Amino acid sequence: MEQFIEIEGKTVESAIEEALMKLDIDREDADIEIIDEGNKGLFGLIGSRSAVVRVYKKTNYEDIVRNFLCPILTSMGVSEDISVCKDGDNTINVRLMSDNIGIVIGRRGETLDALQYLLGLVVNKYSDNFVRVTLNVGDYREKREETLERLARKLAGRVSRTRKNMTLEPMNPYERRIIHATLQDYPYVETFSIGEEPNRKVVIKYRYKREND
Amino acid sequence: MKELLESIAKSLVDNPECVSVNEIEGEQSLILELRVADDDMGKVIGKQGRIAKAIRTVMKAAALRNNKRVVVEIIQ
Repeated sequence: MEQFIEIEGKTVESAIEEALMKLDIDREDADIEIIDEGNKGLFGLIGSRSAVVRVYKKTNYEDIVRNFLCPILTSMGVSEDISVCKDGDNTINVRLMSDNIGIVIGRRGETLDALQYLLGLVVNKYSDNFVRVTLNVGDYREKREETLERLARKLAGRVSRTRKNMTLEPMNPYERRIIHATLQDYPYVETFSIGEEPNRKVVIKYRYKREND
Repeated sequence: MKELLESIAKSLVDNPECVSVNEIEGEQSLILELRVADDDMGKVIGKQGRIAKAIRTVMKAAALRNNKRVVVEIIQ
């Protein structure tokens, strides 16, 4: 989905400049391909050929993210304080800073996850290879992770005391993963998931002995 | 709200010029009818309605401020 234009000019230089102006971008945001170097010809008369360049606009993820999120945030009455940082080639981390973050997060992160999902689709529309997009508000995701780890340990303790299995509330794959990972090496319990998305739940099961005992 | 749904839909589809939203205002709810090009239906619905669900979730959150229920309908 790369955008490009082809421009003819007297020289390569002037063609590039015209193309950059038409695309309204700076030189560092462009990939330039020279199709024809052109030829001044003899005395500028015989055999003269114009230069042809093709100028591609580089995908600017930050603009894509902003263009998508800003109208949504405005209508939610949330300030548009967005920071976009690329983490390697295939991950983009977007963080919002706002006082009124409850509305962006929603019930159990529902709205935030929906926004993250849509944002991922939009960014990947402009990208040839898959880009993972994460969206965070303040330090919501970190806090949620801590909460889930704490919950997992508390419930695992209860399961190993009462020897009764426990089923947690429905969670998304990312949250279930946190529970599984937290209890991976926990004595007397094992975890697995039941049900279908979006109602898949983690079950913490009592296990008589650790396998390596 | 109409503009918001339009802008979300336009950024998802391949034919943004074919996106249109019709607003029907009720007593307590606001119905937004979203129309997109036939080829783009999948882009706003998604596998098992996942995209449609995400759009509705975001629209609901945006509507919270106005104390109105918003219903997004995708029309063929």
